[in-house]
Amino acid sequence: MLENQNLLTVAYIVASAFFILSLSGLSNPETSRRGNLFGIIGMSIAFVATAVFKVDSYGILIAVIVPAVIIGAVLAARVAMTSMPELVAILHSFVGLAAVLVGIGSYLKHEKFPSVAERNIHEIEIFIGVFIGALTFTGSIIAFGKLRAIISSKPLMLPARHFLNLIMILVCVYLGYLFINNPNGMTPLLIMTGIASVLGIHLVAAIGGGDMPVVVSMLNSYSGWAAAAAGFMLSNDLLIVTGALVGSSGAILSAIMCKAMNRSFISVIAGGFGSTGGSSPSSTEQPEGEVTPISVEETVHLLTESRSVIIVPGYGMAVAQAQHAVAEITKLLRKRGIEVRFGIHPVAGRLPGHMNVLLAEAKVPYDIVLEMDEINEDFPETDVALIIGANDTVNPAALDDPNSPIAGMPVLEVWKATFSIVMKRGMASGYAGVENPLFFRENNRMLFGDAKKNVDAILVALSEKNGK
Amino acid sequence: MTTTVDTSAETQTAEKTPKKIGVPKEIYEGECRVAATPETAQKLQKLGFQVLIEAGAGEKANCPDSEYEKADCQIISDTETLWKTADIILKVRQPLENKTLGKHETDLLSAGQTLISFIYPAQNKDLLEKLAARKATVLAMDAIPRISRAQKMDALSSMANIAGYRAIIEAANNFGRFFTGQITAAGKVPPAKILIIGAGVAGLAAIGAGRSLGAIVRAFDTRPVVKEQVESMGADFLELEFEEDGTGEGGYAKVMSKEFIEAEMSLFAEQAKDVDIIVTTALIPGKKAPTLITTEMVESMKEGSVIVDLAAEQGGNCEVTRPNEVYRYKGVTIVGLTDLPSRMANQSSQLYGTNLWHLLNDMGGSDGYKIDWEDEVVRGALVAQNGEVTWEPPKPAPVPSIHSTSTPGLAVQQAAQAKAASGFKNLGSLIMIIVGVIALTGIGVAAPQNFISHFTVFVLACFVGWQVIWNVTPALHTPLMSVTNAISGIIIVGGMLQLTNGAPQITQILGAVAIFVGTINIAGGFLVTQRMLKMFQK
Repeated sequence: MLENQNLLTVAYIVASAFFILSLSGLSNPETSRRGNLFGIIGMSIAFVATAVFKVDSYGILIAVIVPAVIIGAVLAARVAMTSMPELVAILHSFVGLAAVLVGIGSYLKHEKFPSVAERNIHEIEIFIGVFIGALTFTGSIIAFGKLRAIISSKPLMLPARHFLNLIMILVCVYLGYLFINNPNGMTPLLIMTGIASVLGIHLVAAIGGGDMPVVVSMLNSYSGWAAAAAGFMLSNDLLIVTGALVGSSGAILSAIMCKAMNRSFISVIAGGFGSTGGSSPSSTEQPEGEVTPISVEETVHLLTESRSVIIVPGYGMAVAQAQHAVAEITKLLRKRGIEVRFGIHPVAGRLPGHMNVLLAEAKVPYDIVLEMDEINEDFPETDVALIIGANDTVNPAALDDPNSPIAGMPVLEVWKATFSIVMKRGMASGYAGVENPLFFRENNRMLFGDAKKNVDAILVALSEKNGK
Repeated sequence: MTTTVDTSAETQTAEKTPKKIGVPKEIYEGECRVAATPETAQKLQKLGFQVLIEAGAGEKANCPDSEYEKADCQIISDTETLWKTADIILKVRQPLENKTLGKHETDLLSAGQTLISFIYPAQNKDLLEKLAARKATVLAMDAIPRISRAQKMDALSSMANIAGYRAIIEAANNFGRFFTGQITAAGKVPPAKILIIGAGVAGLAAIGAGRSLGAIVRAFDTRPVVKEQVESMGADFLELEFEEDGTGEGGYAKVMSKEFIEAEMSLFAEQAKDVDIIVTTALIPGKKAPTLITTEMVESMKEGSVIVDLAAEQGGNCEVTRPNEVYRYKGVTIVGLTDLPSRMANQSSQLYGTNLWHLLNDMGGSDGYKIDWEDEVVRGALVAQNGEVTWEPPKPAPVPSIHSTSTPGLAVQQAAQAKAASGFKNLGSLIMIIVGVIALTGIGVAAPQNFISHFTVFVLACFVGWQVIWNVTPALHTPLMSVTNAISGIIIVGGMLQLTNGAPQITQILGAVAIFVGTINIAGGFLVTQRMLKMFQK
């Protein structure tokens, strides 16, 4: 170990700069790969500098680093793009766990402080860091379970659950008081860790599957704050900066998702969507009229006869793993000179930007994949809007019916296209439990059946047509 | 309501035998269209109707009787028999005096029968009274509301489309030059310039036709919303430097302010000197067509120019238009034809017949045939029933109705609530600010120097993060999450700081485990991000 605090600080400044550059690189797909490289460089600088200037036990360091890198690499190489939400969730839990361990370890060091105030602040930092870490750890594990469908994605509705959460938080605050005023505060710290873990489980268990984008980005944010808290307790500016960057990133993502659902952050976190507006879905008017089914052949006919097509994918496409077939259809249609674009709702899928990744995986050029705001006004000039596995994000009731539980949520206005075709298993309502009047529209057609099978059938019919 | 009882009785009796549709020959002079072509007649039969055609009805629309016979229609030579036997009469022109029979067509109509035709109820009040007196049910195709569901029955649009197309054809016929610019061995030919006033269905059709002949097309409309449509058809949209929206009810234009009209007129005067062809399509429902092209403007046009006035029937947009006439006024050919759709009788009959078919299909076909007062489309078109004039229908509520329809008291209440809500919000943010100030003061007073410097770094980093992240494109939100995930693995630095000789054993162990999980994060996060980003290709 070398001792040179100034050199270490300089290294940390450089690493922070690289992290900021890394995030700003993501503003554009062209610069994004370079951005990721900057992140890796920043991390390497931080690691090497810390190892050189602060670590004594290199043996332990190497013993833990090598297997961890291998595990991480294998995870990253193996994960299917449809499972990205799960991977992200489980990685969050690791950060949470690390924060808990670092916090407890730091307390066990029993450092000497020049003043009581400094000692108190240090202990508050430890306490907060461990609290956020534990919350993130268990919350992310539950989120992972829900995304993997190991745990039911339905919201868990305990009676008086808000009250329960409040009690747990208050108990933690009291434990914090005990912890600081006690020379040996290990017991309150550990009890608090346990309670925070339960709180994390309970908070995320109460949130339904469709709100997962918000939860995952919220946990992303927490993992950042946990790192920042660790930075405070260790007086390490690099951790503080990085934690703050990650924390605000997650917070912004959560805010974007909430706005896209027209719901407040609090209402999402409080959980149980559908229960807050409990009676309203049943009391609102049921849409009247008939749905018009359509066959695969007719769909192909409509598609080939049109000049412009917008495809609106949703979580259903990810579940059915239909993105490759959809990409092939896109290719064939574009070959025929038909303008094909994709309209992505911000909360489509289970992770922010999930659809974009799936389409990119299937080699759909990213410049035809557009955001809701970019494409919404083009629907009136569109011949066919093809909706694959999306429901609530294309529900006209959000705009028309002020009593609808999803009223005010911005949606993709697919009904303004000459025809909209909805691929769906049956007439069941979407995640929000709201009837979709789109299905009853005059210019809407329903293509019933398994999305994957239908998409494949369309692809076969199209390639036959193109072959001729 | 007595009417609903009557109609239900009517449907009950009619369930067994198929309803008979009668298509008489149009008697208006020069009218070539017919209300059903062999093709649409066949479609009507599929709805369960029986179709009777007056002999020779489709002759001028290139639909000879033999074709109808092939389509299983019954040809009836006697006009009066046809009117008597049919349950539903389909016509193009409103009922007129039949000179050969010496009878008005309304008198051929009997109680219980239905007439579907163009009626123009606003202009033909007397006719409406007469029809009502016959106790017949009358649906006016021109009164079908312009809502999206009824687009397929919108006969006015079908006819306007044809008129717009034909207007260009007539203009080309009367124009002594090419439309498209050409460079030939004999010299250069400049393209024709067309100005189209009014970008409704007819205007847009004219733009399309003019463009496809190769002319330079400009269009003007008082409704700014049509700009995109105009541009999508390939024309330039002329704009006034004047803020006023001319969008009126049902997609039509409304009357504009005096200042607007002045600005508009000076634009037209300027354009008239430049363009070769002007097509005017400006109509305001129920009013005389506005005069847009004055005599001076016509005089300022180049020799050989053409004006096609599609509003000729309603008085004309051009001051010198003579309805039903094509003549030269000081070197400018003025086309005031009012029968443009009839000049393409086959096409217009086909479209009109299809509009009628859609309407009858929506009304339930032959078996479920019903005059449904609740149906917005049928109610809109229904102008007479059971001896009463039912025109005009109650107006549908305008779309942004929430505020305009609420009573003043309610509105005030709503405003008060809104104010209270915003006040509450302001109070909330005020409390937030106060709490923030107190917390910061507390930190400033109590916290040691060391903490303050870290806190500064923290706050600045939050702001930097905030700025940077908003720039991230939404398409890359998933890679953003995985890369921030990797970066938050920086927590291993915390673990590494505990791997010092001075630290207790247990701290070192905890630190090592933290490094282990954190490193999985770093490696996994960066690599999966790399993998994802590689997939984003143009």
